[in-house]
Amino acid sequence: MQNKKRYRGQSQVYQIWYRFRHNKSAMLGLVIISLLILIAVFADVLFSYDGIAIKQNIMERLQAPSAAHPMGTDDYGRDILARVVHGSRISLGIGFGGVAIALFGGTIIGAIAGFYGGKVDMVVMRVTDIFMAIPNILMAMIIVAVAGTSAVTIAISLGIAAIPTFTRVARGAVLTVREMEYIESARAIGAKNSTIISKHILPNCFAPLLVQTTLSMAIIILSVSGLSYLGMGIKAPIPEWGSMLSASRAYLQGNSYMAIFPGLAIMLTILALNLLGDGLRDASDPKLK
Amino acid sequence: MLEVKGLKKYFKTPHGMLHAVDDVSFSIKRGTTLGIVGESGCGKSTTGRAILRLIEPTAGEVLFEGTDIRKLSTAELRRLRCEMQIIFQDPFSSIDPRQTIAQTIEEPMKLQGIIRDKRERMARVLELAEMVGIAERLMNAYPHELDGGRRQRVGIARALALNPRFIVCDEPVSALDISIQAQILNLLSDLQERLDLTYIFITHDLSVVNHFSDDIAVMYLGRLVEKAPAEELFTNPLHPYTRALLSAIPIPSLHNRRERIILKGEITSPIEPEKACRFAGRCWCADDRCRTEEPSLTDLGNGHFVSCFQAN
Amino acid sequence: MREKEMLQTDNILEIRDLFVEYRTFDGTVKAVNGLDLSLKAGMTLGLVGETGAGKTTAGLAVMQLIQQPPGIIRGGSIYFNGENLLKKSDRQMRAVRGSRISMIFQDPMTSLNPVHSVQDQIAEVIGEHEKIKKSEAVIKAQELLEMVGIPAARSKEYPHQFSGGMKQRVVIAMALAANPNLLIADEPTTALDVTIQAQVLEMIKELRRKYSTAMLIITHDLGVVAEVCDAVSVIYAGHIVEHGTLEDVFDHNLHPYTQGLFDSLPNLQDRKVKLKPIKGLMPDPTDLPKGCVFHPRCKYSMPICETEKPARAHRTDGHYVECHLYDGGDVKKSKVRTT
Repeated sequence: MQNKKRYRGQSQVYQIWYRFRHNKSAMLGLVIISLLILIAVFADVLFSYDGIAIKQNIMERLQAPSAAHPMGTDDYGRDILARVVHGSRISLGIGFGGVAIALFGGTIIGAIAGFYGGKVDMVVMRVTDIFMAIPNILMAMIIVAVAGTSAVTIAISLGIAAIPTFTRVARGAVLTVREMEYIESARAIGAKNSTIISKHILPNCFAPLLVQTTLSMAIIILSVSGLSYLGMGIKAPIPEWGSMLSASRAYLQGNSYMAIFPGLAIMLTILALNLLGDGLRDASDPKLK
Repeated sequence: MLEVKGLKKYFKTPHGMLHAVDDVSFSIKRGTTLGIVGESGCGKSTTGRAILRLIEPTAGEVLFEGTDIRKLSTAELRRLRCEMQIIFQDPFSSIDPRQTIAQTIEEPMKLQGIIRDKRERMARVLELAEMVGIAERLMNAYPHELDGGRRQRVGIARALALNPRFIVCDEPVSALDISIQAQILNLLSDLQERLDLTYIFITHDLSVVNHFSDDIAVMYLGRLVEKAPAEELFTNPLHPYTRALLSAIPIPSLHNRRERIILKGEITSPIEPEKACRFAGRCWCADDRCRTEEPSLTDLGNGHFVSCFQAN
Repeated sequence: MREKEMLQTDNILEIRDLFVEYRTFDGTVKAVNGLDLSLKAGMTLGLVGETGAGKTTAGLAVMQLIQQPPGIIRGGSIYFNGENLLKKSDRQMRAVRGSRISMIFQDPMTSLNPVHSVQDQIAEVIGEHEKIKKSEAVIKAQELLEMVGIPAARSKEYPHQFSGGMKQRVVIAMALAANPNLLIADEPTTALDVTIQAQVLEMIKELRRKYSTAMLIITHDLGVVAEVCDAVSVIYAGHIVEHGTLEDVFDHNLHPYTQGLFDSLPNLQDRKVKLKPIKGLMPDPTDLPKGCVFHPRCKYSMPICETEKPARAHRTDGHYVECHLYDGGDVKKSKVRTT
């Protein structure tokens, strides 16, 4: 009849992991992301920030990749490898920070809208719709223009820009879970609304939110680079992939490596995050198997 | 013990008010079981939930040992939840997939704060598990590892955790296989005897309700059409709908077969129903009065109530 | 070659020693294990069992609709009118499906297309199997719908405009559209209300009288079986444990599982009879017990049951049971049912 699989002695998180492990491309994404996080954490050990990453050396400017500079040097003679490595800190840092804000804000707003429904839901969702109509990057540009261009303001602005997406996902998930009988069962034993939301509803919305987290992080990292490329993001000399790309524009003809390596770094990160997100989505939805 | 008077629950739909439960009244004596039977959409589950105020009734009184639970404040209602519990139909959606079996059974005691000491509470969890027949080794398992019958036992243990005196059983065996169904029915009747419980037993399965209930109430499109002691209802059904329903049960035997009453006609819409008997459209003995007036529940003595012009 | 595949039999459907497995990450689910089934032309056979007994898998196997992977038919044969369906190519099978064998499912919505009117859907099926004009097919479709009790006035409506019972009628009309020799119905009335179920069962009986289509009714409900079937096969863990005519199985049942099923049902005549459920649970299909698969739940279990599969014992030509209680072959003297 049903060829339902059995998982012995483990929670749902384990089930997701179990299916995830069998997905090769998703595992590849996870490995790449883990490596990038390690690189970001140990960036200082690999290359000194003041000593190499932002140290200008006009004598060595615009050198092609060599043993001394595996990715070459830029127009100020800075080692591109060191800058790409330190750039991962900015990208991942803002990525994590921004997505944390979006996840936190979006989940609370979405959960309240989904749980209480009615007018609250109507108002929240219409406001969300309005914000969804503004492109993320445009919204971030507006906030950055007002609040200035530090890494923190960029993280906050991109995070806020991503809240509507999370609101929708959280609301959708809550709406499904809210109708389950175990919610009614919790009410029948006298649980308060706050208990029901925090103990029964949110834990069961975990999977779709996790998937959205990885996918949104990719978008935020891309936006950071986009903002910097447009000159509204991280300012020189701080190494950031987008601003490095931007700086390479003038040298594309003869020194294309200046654009290739930061570009590859961005591509790899986004690809890995998307693989991870797709893998998590497949793994958390048994129906797709 | 429990008295329901003029209970109504209307839902708003785009086409008008849906009369899910319309003017339903009955009472239950302590230690007995009232079976509520009816087909899908007759309002039987809504009635069960409205009694527990899991959904707010539109009108009517629900008196639990004399107190109207509709007048209780949220805090008072929470305390009353210790007395009144519910067992759900679908053992696959009625327990939180992220809690272990022990956590599921323990939760009501924790929330109501009846046993504060953790070790005492766990002892009580094990006691409850034993009472409903769940092995101790399953305490740290997750619901998805259990089959339907065991999950339903967990649901029962959880409902019993607060020492309730009154339990609404909403189709507790409909989702289970025949052999498991009998196990759960036996468990429920053993528990009733042991703990002096009062049940409302909601089901669409007439043979189950006959086996299990002292009194049976038949509902049709939000209306209570007939109520009588089980024996009486089965031997002397008066409402045409009850008679059709009884005759429609497929009997798993080649003997004592009875004549089928096959209903014709369309089911009346429960949305903004006209002033008429709701069964008139499918009834073979309906006359003009049935189509213009709505019959009300009449006492015929012996605890037999019926809501039909033709039966009196 | 072709000669060998033919089987001389008057059974329209004959399944022999069928094995079906689902291979998953966590092990092999043995859904059907040595299933035997035979159905005479024009008769109705009830296949009775509980969730996970392999009833649906058996039905899907006949239609060759088992998803592969994870499903795999590991052995056995399915003869339909003497031809082994398992030897047929996908193309040949498509010709058999729908035109000679039809299947209806528990949930009528899964077989209806929400964007076409019901008469068009049925006309399409007719058009696929008969070379007639569209307008003629539509008229035929309306006739079919009327036969299952849907007035011609409603035949232009869409599936969502019908109630559950009406939808199931439409599905049955559609299954009959190609005039099949065999109709497989998987829990055809389980999703319906009692009064509606009575209507549909009445209609099935009527159709049987008129068309003498052979039917395989897959169900867990012994009441439904008593209503419409001529013969009954009781399936447990993918294997037939008892088979006989309606009377054999209802009044002279022998297998402890069959008896357990009847004892589990509340008795409508006498409401105070205590239910006697079968102890334990359905076996894990990835890890079936050795010997007789039913022995862990059987109250008559003997040492031999744990090691050896029981052989078939016949009470009459048409009634057999597989249980060690009847090992002597002398079924009539058995004292099992004296309680």
